[in-house]
Amino acid sequence: MACIVNNGLELHSEHSEDSETSSDTDDDFETVEMHVMDNNKTELTSAFTRNKWSAATQKVLSSMPSRSVGWSAAVLSQRDHSSVRDSSQVPGTSNRDYDMESHEGLIHEVPRMRHLLRTLQTLPLDECVRKLRMMPMSLTEKSELRALLCRERKGQILSVETSRNSHFQVRLRKSLRGARQGVHSLLTSVQLWHGTLKKVSGRFGTGALSYFLFLRTLLLYNIFLSLIINVFLVLPEVIHHPHHSANKKIFMGLNIFTGTGILTDSSMFYGYYNYTEENNCSSGNKTKPYNSYNIRLAYLLTIGTGLFATCIMLVYSVFRTLGGSFHMYKSHGNLALKVFSCWDFKLSKMTSVRMQSENLCTQLKEMLYELHSGNPKGKLKTRLIWMALCFTAWGISLTCIFCCVLTVYVFSEDRENVSNIGSDENLLALPLLVCGLNHLMPSVFNMVAWMESYDSLSLCIYVSIIRNLFLKVSTLAVLCYRWMGSTATPKNGTKLECWETFVGQDLYRFLLMDLIFGVLHTIFGDFLWRVFTQGVLRRKRKPAFDIARNVLELIYGQTLAWFGVLFSPLLPTFQIVKLILLFYLKRASLMMNCQAPRKAWRATQMTTLFISLLCFPSFLGAAAGITYTMWRLEPSSTCGPFRMLSSMFQAGREWRCLTTFNPSLTWLSWAYTVLENPLFLFTIAGVFLLEMVREE
Amino acid sequence: MGATASKLPKDQLSEYQELTFLTKQEILLAHKRFNELLEREDRQQIGGSRVPMNKILTLPELKSNPFRRRICQVFSTSDLRDGSLSFEDFLDLLSAFSDSATLEIKSHYAFRIFDFDDDGTLDTGDLEKLVNCLTGEMDNTRLTSEEMKQLINNILEESDIDKDGTVNLSEFQHVISRSPDFVSSFKIVL
Repeated sequence: MACIVNNGLELHSEHSEDSETSSDTDDDFETVEMHVMDNNKTELTSAFTRNKWSAATQKVLSSMPSRSVGWSAAVLSQRDHSSVRDSSQVPGTSNRDYDMESHEGLIHEVPRMRHLLRTLQTLPLDECVRKLRMMPMSLTEKSELRALLCRERKGQILSVETSRNSHFQVRLRKSLRGARQGVHSLLTSVQLWHGTLKKVSGRFGTGALSYFLFLRTLLLYNIFLSLIINVFLVLPEVIHHPHHSANKKIFMGLNIFTGTGILTDSSMFYGYYNYTEENNCSSGNKTKPYNSYNIRLAYLLTIGTGLFATCIMLVYSVFRTLGGSFHMYKSHGNLALKVFSCWDFKLSKMTSVRMQSENLCTQLKEMLYELHSGNPKGKLKTRLIWMALCFTAWGISLTCIFCCVLTVYVFSEDRENVSNIGSDENLLALPLLVCGLNHLMPSVFNMVAWMESYDSLSLCIYVSIIRNLFLKVSTLAVLCYRWMGSTATPKNGTKLECWETFVGQDLYRFLLMDLIFGVLHTIFGDFLWRVFTQGVLRRKRKPAFDIARNVLELIYGQTLAWFGVLFSPLLPTFQIVKLILLFYLKRASLMMNCQAPRKAWRATQMTTLFISLLCFPSFLGAAAGITYTMWRLEPSSTCGPFRMLSSMFQAGREWRCLTTFNPSLTWLSWAYTVLENPLFLFTIAGVFLLEMVREE
Repeated sequence: MGATASKLPKDQLSEYQELTFLTKQEILLAHKRFNELLEREDRQQIGGSRVPMNKILTLPELKSNPFRRRICQVFSTSDLRDGSLSFEDFLDLLSAFSDSATLEIKSHYAFRIFDFDDDGTLDTGDLEKLVNCLTGEMDNTRLTSEEMKQLINNILEESDIDKDGTVNLSEFQHVISRSPDFVSSFKIVL
């Protein structure tokens, strides 16, 4: 931290040259000061008095309550009020009179100023700077203060001996903070799509921006996960054990969609990562060094580590966003709040700004009207009708969801038997059905909600999110039951040769279908809907961008990707490609077909909700599914890295191999036995998270 | 921006990083954009030069903002009170509007921006000017004087705790603290 050493005299700021108080008075302050104060503090306080803090700062700061930050600034303002008072005097007055008044005023404030300086000085320098950063003064004034404190500190350090302990603590804290800042600056320097996001927020506001920011966050999670898996799992396997399949299969175009054929034995799916005898722990001689890459351990550990790190990052971001938005929002009586806080400063396009003004005007008029014309909802009859409509709407939605789930259940029943599957095209039928339902039902729910006519926008959005969530969670539950129940351990009929590969292919098909449907819906759905509303219905406004629906689709796709990473390690890579494609498509669709919404989108609350949904049902569900698969289900005996084991977790015992052959790695074995205890792991993670949250 | 653009010295850059909420990249970008606004002959001496208000208002981020003039006046430390900004004032502006600035800082500066007559409180005149700024200059979006009176009365009723007819800084911050979206909407990014 460079300490700018300024000569005390140079601190005389440039704008005090033209100030109303003459520089003579300033020098007199200095003379007076020197007599009153101790020698150590002389230069500091004299420099304080010499500076003229901006008048605007003073007026506002003087009204701030005397908490630690505001108080110190209020002290400064008080001192300057005296100088302002002095300046209003007749210029002919002798300097002596000036001296006496200012001297008396200063004497009262000298102890307070000393207290302020002492408070700032007792803190370590970086704490000091942090406090300075939080003070609402201009940058020029802050840097002058900092230079003062720096100089004072330099003088003090030479004379005072600091104990070794505090040195160590200070250094540790400094290095931790430096590390955090380094990581933070690295993340912000990535700045993917910064220009595009700025254009989007300039035209559509913070609401549409939150969708694209969420997409970018998901992209970063996937990049992280796929990096770990590709480097530690896919690449070693491809390099060390290139496979030649016995029967050469011809590549067909359909294989891209079904994931079968030539792709079955590719590194995309579980079956590629074969476990051969030579990898076996006990096969090698005790004298022969164990030098081949243990694919079992690699598979288990990379996926475990990747998912665990993702969990930590997710929980951290949930805690961070939760802290900021924990306010109950009253739906009425919020005129002051609306006027003070709802202007979106990010909007930069003239038409959008005008539209926001119009919307605001309409909303203010509506709110005023509601406040001053009595409450029509108080009538019993209207309330009963509204409740009946609500019940009907919920009844319809739940019935629809139940029908969808039943359809999926019946349709997926016959896939247990290998013989029933038939040709490859039939494999696409179930994904087609599920994705079709997932894209059709939100429109149905929107129509049902239109019937209900909620008065508050946020309630409407929450209800729509809940319904869509029910649908997606139930269909996923049915599918998981099929995969983990019937496919892995069929009760009758022949077992699949390599059920993990089949499940991996199924998940790949689902993700691909999701992408195709998303693309089709964007191109035809949004575009055609806009043409319809503007051409046929002759509405002047373009449709608004449905943020909730799009975010839920992203969360659904990500759940599939996380669950499928065990069966198809290249799925995160595929998800990266899908997200990039979706980004550009949605942006183009937004620019062409949509406009800013009429009512303000509560960006912070919604972001918190979406991150929580990503963490809680989505990631935890996928992790629970993976844990169950690894723990309870028997891996297939003919393919994959875990064959001949009764469960995938047992591969963890391979650690012992490494230590037998490489004695230098005994510490690894010790580390593993410690880490195997999940309580220890979670305690560490919890402590780490608490520290990070406290630093914020 | 020509070959004569001055570079920011490293120690000054780290000082700015510590005292503002901006990251290194944001400060460098601000430096570049500020340079472009300066006259050619001032570009070497970026430390002391001021950019007049009308040039600042040509920035696309501020051009259409109804509060642009107030923003310039609040952040300006010029004695002439002409709204001209030096480079450090410009950094102050970006820091208050940045992603990492705290609610306290943002609400403090919001209060000063809304205080049109600079007297330290929001009285009826300030509130009226504020609402007119928000609703735009077009005739069909203005509130009638009757509605304006009602609106201002309602605002004072909701936020004026000490009943002195004006909203001071702490009352303003109290109202703002109930809105979780203020922090996300009070942002300008270069």
